[in-house]
Amino acid sequence: MIKFRFMIPPWMFWMAVLLVAPQALCGGERVDPTLVPSILAPESAPAHSISHVAGFVLETTGGIFVVVAGLLVYVVVRFRRRANDDGVEPPQVYGSGPVEAAWTTVPFLIVVVLTLTTARVIQQVQDAREPASAVDLQVIGHQWWWEVRYPKLGIVTANELHVPVSQGGERRPSFLDLRSADVVHSFWVPRLMGKIDLVPNKINSMWIEPERPGLFLGQCGTYCGTQHAKMLLRVYADLPQDFDRWVQQQKEPAENAPSVAAGRLVFERTACINCHVIGGAGDRRFGPDLTHLMSRNTLASGALSNSPALLRAWIKSPEQFKPGVLMPTMNLSDSDLDQLVAYLTSLK
Amino acid sequence: MNGTSNMGRISGVVPLAAEDKTVLHTLHAWLVTVDHKKLGLMYIIYGLGFLVVGGLEATLIRFQLIAPNLKFIGPQAFNQLFTMHGTTMVFLVGMPLIFGFANYLVPLMIGARDLAFPRLNAFGFWLSALGGLLLYFSYIGGEGLSGAGSAPDVGWFAYAPLTAKAFSKGHSTDYWTLGILVGGFGSIATAANIITTICCMRCRGMGLARMPLLVWLYLIVCGMVLIAVSPLTAAQIMLLLDRFAGSHFFDTQAGGSAVLWMHFFWIFGHPEVYILVIPAFAFASEIIPVFSRKAIFGYPVMVGATCAIAFVSLGVWAHHMFTVGMTSTGNTFFVVSTMMVGVPTGIKIFNWLGTMWGGKLRFATPMLFSIAFLFQFLIAGLTGIMLACAPWDWQLNDSYFLIAHFHYVLVGAIVFMIFAAIYYWFPKATGRLLSERLGKWHFWLFLIGFHMTFDTMHFAGILGMPRRIYTYEADRGWGTLNLICTIGVVFQIAGVLIMSVNVLRSLRKGKLAGSDPWDAWTLEWSTSSPPPEYNFVEIPAVKSRRPLWDLKHPTDPDWKYE
Repeated sequence: MIKFRFMIPPWMFWMAVLLVAPQALCGGERVDPTLVPSILAPESAPAHSISHVAGFVLETTGGIFVVVAGLLVYVVVRFRRRANDDGVEPPQVYGSGPVEAAWTTVPFLIVVVLTLTTARVIQQVQDAREPASAVDLQVIGHQWWWEVRYPKLGIVTANELHVPVSQGGERRPSFLDLRSADVVHSFWVPRLMGKIDLVPNKINSMWIEPERPGLFLGQCGTYCGTQHAKMLLRVYADLPQDFDRWVQQQKEPAENAPSVAAGRLVFERTACINCHVIGGAGDRRFGPDLTHLMSRNTLASGALSNSPALLRAWIKSPEQFKPGVLMPTMNLSDSDLDQLVAYLTSLK
Repeated sequence: MNGTSNMGRISGVVPLAAEDKTVLHTLHAWLVTVDHKKLGLMYIIYGLGFLVVGGLEATLIRFQLIAPNLKFIGPQAFNQLFTMHGTTMVFLVGMPLIFGFANYLVPLMIGARDLAFPRLNAFGFWLSALGGLLLYFSYIGGEGLSGAGSAPDVGWFAYAPLTAKAFSKGHSTDYWTLGILVGGFGSIATAANIITTICCMRCRGMGLARMPLLVWLYLIVCGMVLIAVSPLTAAQIMLLLDRFAGSHFFDTQAGGSAVLWMHFFWIFGHPEVYILVIPAFAFASEIIPVFSRKAIFGYPVMVGATCAIAFVSLGVWAHHMFTVGMTSTGNTFFVVSTMMVGVPTGIKIFNWLGTMWGGKLRFATPMLFSIAFLFQFLIAGLTGIMLACAPWDWQLNDSYFLIAHFHYVLVGAIVFMIFAAIYYWFPKATGRLLSERLGKWHFWLFLIGFHMTFDTMHFAGILGMPRRIYTYEADRGWGTLNLICTIGVVFQIAGVLIMSVNVLRSLRKGKLAGSDPWDAWTLEWSTSSPPPEYNFVEIPAVKSRRPLWDLKHPTDPDWKYE
């Protein structure tokens, strides 16, 4: 029989306490629960369908677990060899046709029900029609950032998507074309929709339809090389009027203040301009479009928050924040760097 | 009298000649051996050695993830660690261990003196060993002329085009490819060998329906190896052609297809999971009856269910690709086929429970691991149903939930049953029992560690944590879960250390086992422990599935009922 003194020796308990205590004492992590990308807190139409079918599958499998694990516990307790065992072998049973038939048929029926339910949700999510009021986006995966285009609106941005919410019966879903410029990536914002891969030479699609304004976090879901971990995603769901204001602002031409002309010269004369675009000149796509850099909250695909100091540190040494990043260290002089940062921070 | 009557008396066979036993001679004897038992043990030692290496890699990974934004291990080293961890555990731990047990047990269980092709067997082992060495040689030789990277960092399924020259410079990917290619040839050779042995070398009276379930399950597994390893080999050759001969199978920049690689890989990769888990079923099907003191419940159904699993598992590979952008019809097909695997798998769990029902359960260490296996495999199967539901898989795929699910299969089922098998057959191979006291320490420590580590991973996945990230942001709320997860690793390491101590001590000081320490029923227990080189003085003959039961119960033998 199992000897329970082997269960949890005291030293193990105290080791666990010692390891957990510091965490508990500092109040754990300070996490804003509304930002946790939980798949059980959906905020958008297809994510709701997924969590409904997930709930059904969870209840079914949970039921199976309770029954079978219950049986296992019952068998282990009921049929354990007793201390006063007579040493005689138990009756030998080799099988039973009816019993086998029963535990084949019941699981089969459960599988049929689960399959049909699943098929309906697949069809409902994958084959949804795009309404005329939908917003179209293209998302192109790069090592290790997201290029975001709104072809009908003429907007190009990066790493932070803005989409309208559907409110008061007015549907404004966003339909995304997903492509890749290099390797396989995956677009995953759990509270809005499951992930769909961005595969080179293939165009995938997905749609999201958030119901309340807010920020939804996500990140690349398929391993895509060195900095896969820092290929973060932010989706801002805006009220319709806020979204329209954002669109207007993004359509503005790039700031070109004479006070930062020196910085602009640095941008154009060093290699920055080989990869980045400001103000729609050219169609180079090696790096994020910087036309409205200051309208974004993060830098380097979410690796840093966007502030002049961090921007300067990032340009000076990208490798320090994102080892392996494809943006090279430019070795700019301090004065060039100051002028460049002054120019870039003017790009509202 | 039938031929089983003299089996019980075969023990303490005198060696044929007293040999010179210097270290060099012993070493030479192991190097040139074609004996299935020695090769079996070499496979097992090789697999356990790499289990330690792969486990240490996992430990480093876990300590890097113990808290958000740590810089303990850099991104490139981290990516190499999880690539090597996955590749090692599947190809250098799983495959050698299952073939090791097959090598050791199959001839003994069918009353044969060796495998059908002993030299091919040795060839298969040394190919597998070379494969493992090639893979690890990348750590020193992988830089190549361009000096980029050392060990491969493409993930264990190495999605194209990350493996193309443009994204993987140097030779690390080539070592990965070659290592798997060479090891794959070893697997194919050994699988063909075991199939031939089972088909042609069974002792008198052992019809197919009288083989121990373990032998049946290995017959099926080896058939699957032949079918599944071939496409992987083909894909590796195509990848080599891409990298060295300018072909464009997977080179997307020249119009190749990334999805093609996924199909090739997963039509190997999914059956591979069953190739690894069916041997765990095989061990359970031997151990659970002996420690329940009852014949296996529903033997023909168990064989049929395993055949069904093998067949259906060849048609489910694209459930690894629900997020790749298949049509709704394609997705639905793979939902149906994947969920169908649940039916025969359920049948197996019920039959094991049926075997225990009405028995007299003895909780020796092998049985404890088997009961934990049943519990964990049940959960692994149910999370598998969740992942088979394609819409939910869009969320869970490549998240920590998926990691938890397949570690429940690979560790919770396979590693637990490998531990059970080690405790069960160690006395046969060495003549000495492992300590039950240390065995129980090992079991409970490993069980607690396993659940701390892998139960919490499910929740991290549900909170949106993707796999293969070297660090994570503090605002995601994954910190505490990852902390618990890493603490669990410490318990698992303690368990494995205790097992190592147990093995080393018991080799010299363990209780003498005798030929049949567990009062078991299959032929391997009829010969001495360890068995002589020729296994049986006289080739046995059997009349039922449990020849030793017949011998021990002459008034109530099995063959009256089968």
